[in-house]
Formats: sequence, C-alpha cells, structure tokens
Amino acid sequence: MSTPLADVLQISALVVALVLVHRPLGDYMAAVYSSRKHLRVERLIYRCVGADPDAEMRWPAYLRSVLAFSAVGVLFLYLLLRVQDLLPLSLGFAAIPADQAFNTAVSFVSNTNWQSYSGESAMGHLAQVGGLAVQNFVSAAVGMAVAVALVRGFARFRTGELGNFWTDLVRGTIRILLPIAALAAVVLVALGAIQNFSGGHDVTTVTGATQHITGGPVASQEAIKNLGTNGGGFYNANSAHPFENPDGISNLLEIFLLLVIPFSMPRTFGRMVGSVRQGYAIVAAMGVIWLAGVIAVTLMEHHAPGTASQAAGGGMEGKEQRFGIGGSSLFAVSTTMTSTGSINAFHDSFQGLSGGVLIFGMVLGEIAPGGVGSGLYGMLIMAVITVFIAGLMVGRTPEYLGKKIGTREIKLAACAILVSPALTLIGTALAMGLGDGEESMTNIGPHGFSEVLYAYASAANNNGSAFAGLAANTDFFNTTLGICMLLGRFLPMVFVLVLAGSLAEQRRVPVTAGTLGTHRPLFSGLLVATAVVVAGLTFFPALSLGPLAEGLSS
Amino acid sequence: MSTTTTPVRPEADARDHHPAGQPARVSRGGFDPRLLWSSLPAAVRKLDPRTMVGSPVMFVVLIGSALTTVLAASHPADAFGWAIAGWLWLTVLFANLAEAVAEGRGRAQAASLRAARTDTVARRLSGRNGDEERVPGTALGVGDLVVCEAGDVIPGDGDVIEGVASVDESAITGESAPVIRESGGDRSAVTGGTRVLSDRITVRITTRPGETFLDRMIALVEGAARQKTPNEIALNILLASLTIVFLLAVVTLQPFAVHAGAEQSLVVLTALLVCLIPTTIGALLSAIGIAGMDRLVQRNVLATSGRAVEAAGDVSTLLLDKTGTITHGNRRATAFLPAAGVTEAELAEAAQLSSLADETPEGRSIVTLAVTGYGRPARDRDAVADADWVPFTAQTRMSGVDTGDRRIRKGAVGAVTGRVVELGGTVTDTTLGAVESISASGGTPLLVADGPRVLGVVHLKDVVKEGLRERFEQLRAMGIRTVMITGDNARTAKAIAAEAGVDDYLAEATPEDKMALIKREQAGGRLVAMTGDGTNDAPALAQADVGVAMNTGTSAAKEAGNMVDLDSDPTKLIDIVQIGKQLLITRGALTTFSIANDIAKYFAIIPAMFAVAYPGLDTLNIMRLSSPESAILSAVIFNALIVVALVPLALRGVAYRPMGADQLLSRNLGVFGLGGLVAPFVGIKAIDLVVSLLPGIG
Repeated sequence: MSTPLADVLQISALVVALVLVHRPLGDYMAAVYSSRKHLRVERLIYRCVGADPDAEMRWPAYLRSVLAFSAVGVLFLYLLLRVQDLLPLSLGFAAIPADQAFNTAVSFVSNTNWQSYSGESAMGHLAQVGGLAVQNFVSAAVGMAVAVALVRGFARFRTGELGNFWTDLVRGTIRILLPIAALAAVVLVALGAIQNFSGGHDVTTVTGATQHITGGPVASQEAIKNLGTNGGGFYNANSAHPFENPDGISNLLEIFLLLVIPFSMPRTFGRMVGSVRQGYAIVAAMGVIWLAGVIAVTLMEHHAPGTASQAAGGGMEGKEQRFGIGGSSLFAVSTTMTSTGSINAFHDSFQGLSGGVLIFGMVLGEIAPGGVGSGLYGMLIMAVITVFIAGLMVGRTPEYLGKKIGTREIKLAACAILVSPALTLIGTALAMGLGDGEESMTNIGPHGFSEVLYAYASAANNNGSAFAGLAANTDFFNTTLGICMLLGRFLPMVFVLVLAGSLAEQRRVPVTAGTLGTHRPLFSGLLVATAVVVAGLTFFPALSLGPLAEGLSS
Repeated sequence: MSTTTTPVRPEADARDHHPAGQPARVSRGGFDPRLLWSSLPAAVRKLDPRTMVGSPVMFVVLIGSALTTVLAASHPADAFGWAIAGWLWLTVLFANLAEAVAEGRGRAQAASLRAARTDTVARRLSGRNGDEERVPGTALGVGDLVVCEAGDVIPGDGDVIEGVASVDESAITGESAPVIRESGGDRSAVTGGTRVLSDRITVRITTRPGETFLDRMIALVEGAARQKTPNEIALNILLASLTIVFLLAVVTLQPFAVHAGAEQSLVVLTALLVCLIPTTIGALLSAIGIAGMDRLVQRNVLATSGRAVEAAGDVSTLLLDKTGTITHGNRRATAFLPAAGVTEAELAEAAQLSSLADETPEGRSIVTLAVTGYGRPARDRDAVADADWVPFTAQTRMSGVDTGDRRIRKGAVGAVTGRVVELGGTVTDTTLGAVESISASGGTPLLVADGPRVLGVVHLKDVVKEGLRERFEQLRAMGIRTVMITGDNARTAKAIAAEAGVDDYLAEATPEDKMALIKREQAGGRLVAMTGDGTNDAPALAQADVGVAMNTGTSAAKEAGNMVDLDSDPTKLIDIVQIGKQLLITRGALTTFSIANDIAKYFAIIPAMFAVAYPGLDTLNIMRLSSPESAILSAVIFNALIVVALVPLALRGVAYRPMGADQLLSRNLGVFGLGGLVAPFVGIKAIDLVVSLLPGIG
C-alpha cells in the first residue's frame, strides 16, 4: 500500500470512528450531568467529603469549590513528591527538588502535564499512581465540570444556579473517565503495552552493556493520559516508547482516546441546550481546524526537503519507524490541538512550518477540539466573541442561544481569551530578555527561539508537550512555566464561571427570523475565521521569527 | 459623496406623509465634504488627552504620535521618523474629524433651534384674582399659569388649561401649517418657543426653564447630552482588549527581535502597533453613534437617548394603532351595490347627487368613487336645479337632497329602512344580504333610497394604507411581529388585520389591555415598540422599550416615551426600527473591516522588519513593496487615509434592506469582511508606488 493512501485511510478511519462514537458518548455525558440519581459509591464519596450532592451552586460557590479542590490537589501532590523517598514503592528515587515539585504538581493539577523530569528515572510507583494518575482523572473531570457549568449557564434561564461542582466532579470521574479508561487500558495491554508493579529489570544488551528497564502500571496510565487530555507519560519518551505505545494500531487508539471526549462534548452541549444543531456548529468548527492542521503537517512532513529526507520518503528524523510520517503527524497535530501534550515523535524535528502549525494549534487556545472540557468552554468563549461581531452585522444587539451578549458578557469573554496570549508572550519575552532562554536552547537562530516559544505556548495553554531540545529543568523555567500553567488554567476558569453565572441569570430572548442563526454552516465558518484570525494576528510576529523564518528559508 | 435620500427611507411613507410643498426641517442624509474642512478646528480641540482617553484605541495612537514626535526630534535628520510621526498625528486628527463632522451636522440644526429660544417675556397670572404680571420667561416655575395671545411666543412647555388657539410650531417641526391647541383632550400640549397665531390661551407651565423640550432637543442634536450606549460600551471593551493583545504582541517582539539580530527602532514598533490596533472602528465608533441619532433627527424624530435607538434595532414586536397608522383613519366608499332592478350607474348617480353637499370625508369619498370608479361626470352642487339639501343630523342619521320629484336619502341602514317602510316600500333580501356581508367584512353599509324605492348599498370601509402589506412582510422577514391595536370589535379588527397583513390584533383595546400586552411580550423576552399620543397612552409608552410619542400628543405622553416624532406620523415607527438596525450593522461591519485590514498590514510590515535578518521572510512581501521604510510608511498612511475614506459611510450608515439575518450576514461579510481583507493589499501597494518616489524613503 502506498504511503499517502495509508495516511488517508488512517485519517478516514479515525474520523469515522469519532463520528460514530461522538453521538452516543455525547448523549451519555449529557445524561450523566443531568441525571438526578446517585450511585451508591458516589453517595459514599459525598458523605466522606461532606458535600450535599443535590445543592445547587451559584457561580461564587462553584468557583470556590473548583479552586479549593485544585489548591488541595497541588499541595498534596507537592508534598507527595517532596517526601517520595520516605514512602513505599519509591523504587529508591530521591525526593523531587522544590522548584521541580512545584512545577510538576501545578502541571498535573492544571491538566497540563508538562514534565521537566524523566518519569522512569525520577518517579516511584506511588507518585505515579497515587499522585500523578489520580490528577490525570480529577484534573480532567474539573475541566469537564467547568464546561458543563458554562453549558448550564446557556441552558438555564432566570436562575443563577450552575449545578453542583462535587457532583459534576465525581460523576465525570466515575461514570465517564474511569469506565472508558479501564476499557482502553485493557485494550492497550492486549496490544502490547505493559502493566505491572515491577521495579525493573537489568538486561545485557547486544553490545554487552547493562541497561536498566523500568516496568510499572503503564497501560492504565496511558489510557487516562490520553483520554483526559493530560499527556504526562510514564516514560520520558512518552508515547514514542514501545511500552506505552507498541504499534500502529495502539497509536491510532491513543489518538482516538485523546480526541474522543473533546469531540463529543459539543454533542453534550447541544443536548443540554436543547438543540443538537448548535452542537454540530461547534464541532464542525473544531473539526475543520483540526483536519486542516493534520493535512498541512502530513503534507509538509512528506515533502521535507533534503537528500536524506527524500531517501527516507519524507522527514523521518525524530519519528518512530513503526508510526511513520502519517501516524506521527496525526498524533502531533491531535496532541497539540487537544491540550494533551503526549507525544509519539520529537516535535523539535518536524519541519519548520510544521512546528509552526503545532505551535499555532496551541496558541489558538486549545479549542480545536481542545482539552476535555476546556476545549468546549474555550470554543464557546470564542463563539461569544464571534456572535458579538457577527451579531451586530445582522442589526441586533448580539445574542447567543437566547442570551444577550452585553457589556458584562463581552468583558468576561475578552478577559478569558486574553489570558493565554498574555502568558505566552510575556513568558517568552522574559525568557528571551533575561537570557535564560538562550542558555537553555539546543539550537540557535529561529529554531532555538521556537523551542522557547513552544514551551510557553504549551504551558500557558495547558498542553504540556515539549518541543524537546529545551533544557527546561532550571529554576527559571520550572517557576515561570509553573506560573503560566497555573494562571493559564485557572484564570480562564474564573472568567468562564462568572460568565456562566451571568448568563444563567438572563431571561430568554426568543428566536426570530432576525436572529443570527448560530447553528448554520455560515456561523461555523465565521467561528473558524475568528479563532484563526485572532490567534494569527496575535502571534504572527512571534511565529514569523521562529517557524516562519525557519520554514521559509529552507 | 452627497446623496439626497437615505437608503432606508421607503418611498411609500414619504408619499403618504410628506405631501409636496411641505418643507422638511432638515435635508435628508448626505455628507458634504466641505464639512471636513469646517470641522477641523473642533477636531484639533479634541486632541486634549482628557477627551481622548474615552476612546482607548485612539488614546494609544495619541501616545504613539507623541512618542514618535519626540523620537524624530532627537534625530532631526531622519525623514522616515518625521513622516511616521506626521501620519500618526493625522490618524488621530482624522478620528477626531469624523466625530467633529458628525457633531457639526447636529450643530447646524441646533443653531436654527436656538434661534427659536429667544428671550421671551411671559405674562404670568399671579394670585387668586388673576392679575397679570410681566416676568422673563426664564423666571417661570413649574405650575405657573401664563397667558398667551395672538402674536405671543409661548414662554415654556406646558398644557393649555383654558381656551383654544392656532399655534405656529414651524420652529420645532418645520411644518408651516398652524396646528390647533386646546384645553383638555390630547391636543393640549404646547411647546416653548412656538408662536400663538390667533385667540388666547392660558397655559400651565410643566417644565423648568433650561429643561424644556427645546432645550433638550438642542442638547440632543448637539450631542452634548450624548452618553455611550450599552452596545457601544461593550464594543469599546472588545476593542480595548484587542488593543491590549496587540500591545503585548508588539512590546514582547523586541526581545525576540534581539535574538534574531534584528533589533527594531521604537518608531517602527510604534508604527506596527498603530497599524494593528483597530484604529478604523476606534476612530469612527462615536461618529457612527452620533450619526445614528442624527439620522433620526433628519426624519424629525428625537430620541432622548442613544439606548433607545439601539433598542429599536432589537425590537421584535411592533404595536401599531389601527387608526392613522394602518388605515387612513376615516372611512371611504369603495363600492356601490345596487338593489335588484337598479343599475350600478343609477345607484352611482343617486349616491353622487345625494352627497354633493356632504362635506364629511365619507361624503366626499362617495363623490370621488362615483367619478373615478363608475365613470360619472363630475357635478357641481350649484348646478343642480331647485335642490333642497337635507343635512345630516344625529337624529335622522341620514342626509340627502330633494330635487324635482326625487327624494334621495342615504344614511345608516336602520334609519333609511325606517323611512322606506314608512313610505310603503320594502327592503329586499338581496340588499339585506349585501348589508350583512359588508358588516361582516368590517365595513360600514350606507343605504341609498329614492322615496320608498331602495336603490342599493354604499360600501364604506376603513381603507388600509397602500404598501403597508409589503412593509409588514419585510418586517416579518426581519423577525418582527406586528400587532394591530384597535378599539373596533373583534370582527372588524379581524377583517382589517387580515387585509393589512399584520400578524396579530388586539380588539376593543383599552389602555390597560395595551399595557398588559406589552408586559406579556416583554416577559417572553421580546422588545416592544409602540406609538402613542394620549395621556392614557403614557404608562404604556413608558413601559415599552421604544415608545414614540407624537408631537401633537400631550406632554404626559411626550414625557413618558423615549422618542418624539415631530411629524406625528405613527408609520415612522418602522423607519425607526430600521435606523436602529442600521446603526448596529454599521458598527459590526466597520469592526469586521478594521480587523480584516490587519492581515495585509502584517504582510507589509513583518517582511520589512525582519527580511534583513531572515531573508526567507521576504517571501511574505507578496505586495513587492519597494523598501522597508516605504512599506511601513505606506501601511501607516493607508491606516490614516482609510479613516477619512470611511467617514461618509459611518455618517450615512451601511445600506440596509430588510431581509433575514442569514442573508444579511452573508452580504455584509462579503462586502466588509472580504473587502477588508483585499482593500489594504491594493491600497498599500498603490501608496507604496507614490511613497517610493520620495527621497530618503524609497
């Protein structure tokens, strides 16, 4: 089979699978978040944490719960990492230093999973399973809870109530993430990923040297790593490691896992606001951007210039032979556009312009389709901005889903989309201005700059993938990237929840022939244009000095 | 750019309500380029930073202008620096000019109004005995009673409490025909500054000096009382956040540029920033708002707040009074239905003859119908030999003529039937059937008889104005529901509603019913617009989101509404809605245009800045601009000139035709989105061709 045909088939198979699954999964999630019944195990949890699962929360209470839960998560994880050496199952690894522990704790709680450490040579099993994997679940569930709260803001009228955070959190974890992750883990094990509590084996290689190979509960973490758009790998090599991602089939499964919830959430949204067509408009916008990115990167990697590349049939540097250009490009675009951050190839080695697409995928604000939950609320915020401009052009003060987009709403939406560009640009500028950036670069010139830009784009947008090449385990990077991850995750959540509260209080503006149809292809197109133009205008100068300068010179 | 008609004004309504020869107070629409020049001093005065800070986008440009000027002054030989500084100042000036021009149009109107506000001497009635004393008009307080006789200027707003007078209100409305003002009823309000032409009235003053209708009107058209509207504030927030984003993008660019070995001068960075921030819409935003109010003023509608104009765009329910708005308000003859054995011509002749002396609108309409509809020759009442005209009285409820042996009567069916029966005649079933069907359709039947012989029935009906059905259809396409309000019974209301094509009707409506309907609509989230003139309309006018009071109405009504129509033309409500929509569309369109412009500017400026360091970036110079300096300067010049180029559009408003939201969006996106994308590529290239000829730049 020719390579291009294989790529087309692979992408088509993925799209078909997503199309088939997104409806039942989206409907199921809508049912989960709307259900009045509690499972026995859930009741037990509510009793333990002392939460009343049926109490409705207004935005301040909801926000307080999100922030308190996450703060406790950061603190707990930080302590766990700091005292790792004193606890069982540490595999003999030392405690993690303060700056790195802060960075890692923030990274996992913020669903970023930026890793400035090497999993197999720093983390014991307890830290991996009891700390990191737990956050892989709950940080994802927090994102989904906030998204659902915003959806309720749109769906409800003349009430300030947004649901109950604890209920949303527990249900998201127990009814959605756990079962899918468990199923996926079993499939991954069947496909060859490992799952054990072994301390590792020492093997003698062909050349006679001794190598220590760490084992561990890899498959289970792999499943939630992708499903929850977390991205923190058990091994440093992440999904490029054969124990995490054994072959082409497991690769496709992992890509499917990291896309499935983000692409299904618009269906949940459509169900909950009572018009699935509104959900289709959102998912269409997400899909168009994602597919354009996939096609662009795949084509550019196939047409990598240079004798060696052409002999290899494209840019194979930094890619795994078992995934090839198609499997690597598809993974790279999906992971950067979903805020997942797991990698199966070195993004550093992609063509200059491909790297630009990957960075652009992140600076879009993780909305195509974005992280679990965060993608939906990010895209809905973008929809609010789009409606504001487009709505004026139909001669009415703007409204979306029967809600007026007035001064308060636009203020909150504008603040929410300001956060990640500000963090990315300021962080990169600090790194470049203070010299820390240039010290840590592996490459010089535009490519070196891309490494730094990528790092901050990744942190501020809670992606977590690295361009590689950047030696990021320094005090400066651990701290500034940590701050970017923290603010990049929770500041937008603050604005989103206030916005949700403000929307929920409104009365319904009835739909007439004069109302902008936000369920039509025209609106999806406009949404894509707004997202791309806003991010494009913001980052064009920076991108031109990195990926564009590099890509256009070759 | 000078047009004499504004695009939204439908001809139908102009024809209906502005008979030729009546002067409108101001010319309609249009933009005179000379205004740019005469507004220049005002534009310069607006450079005051305290004024500028109200518009965050232009404030940033102002700071940029000052900064580049200082930088240029420190390198006096740098022609490029001076050129950038100069064009940045021009950008700010052009923005101020747009606002000044918009305000200037209002100022001319204010001046003519001010002429009416001359110092008047009031004849105040003091004490219980009704002595007159002469006091300055400015010394009057609320509740004072003043007397005005023929020739007096009414000293302040108030209600007539005694007497009836004809009043010349041309100073306010531009209508030269005098109007009647009388105590009691809905025509009791008088406006300060208008002149009594005949008779004597006593007026109770209802407003304090300085707060009169005329004063408010002057403040409104001058823009002095202008406050930012909610949507304008929201848009300003969006523009401010875009400005912050671009500020970040430009400020953080320097460390990146240093790494690339292409450190940029502050002048270039400032130029980049100004090109990126949405200056086009930022510069024109307040002009758009002022011009929107102004377009209303040009149609003789005064809005007390910009908020009301915006609300007009959002209206989804229009309450329209039947009489005067949907129908002409008086019944007209539309058909002659002869009785058995009588020809149409015979009936028409008799009806015409009997109505020759009838000066009521109904009577005249019968004569007209006979001539135009039934080909009868026109007749003069004096030409009828030995005619004995029988006038209509409330007792007989019929009128007619006795001439020769003819005893023609026409009138209410009951009255004429009684006379016929009395004289020994009968009314046949066919005639009764015709009467019945006319009543069922909401019309009024008049029976015509000659002595005992019934000739037939005249069909009188309340005629729906021409072209309304089409306009209601347009409104429906715009998503606006029309509800007809009438005091008629449900049967009549239903018939007229069907004929006019309104969506719904409220029959036998009392003011309370009207109020309840408004509240019901609002509870469903719909915005309601209505017109009204009577005091009993006041609560509903206040409750409605857009309440247009007729100038002929009571002061209570005018106080309660948020707009006043000086022409007292209820049909204008439809225009007001369109003006509201046009205002919002203009804002959205220019915002889209402004943002779309940035793409071309990047393609001009980024290669100019960095192609030296990274030659590959020259690929982005798709316009093949001649030099880096010329590229940057051309972008800055384009950015400034586009503001001036769009001033006429901002003042006139984007052309608006009633259509559904999706068509409207695709159309405006095509024009302003795509246009905004392409225009600067062409414009910057053209400017570059000129600029590159300059020494030191090209």
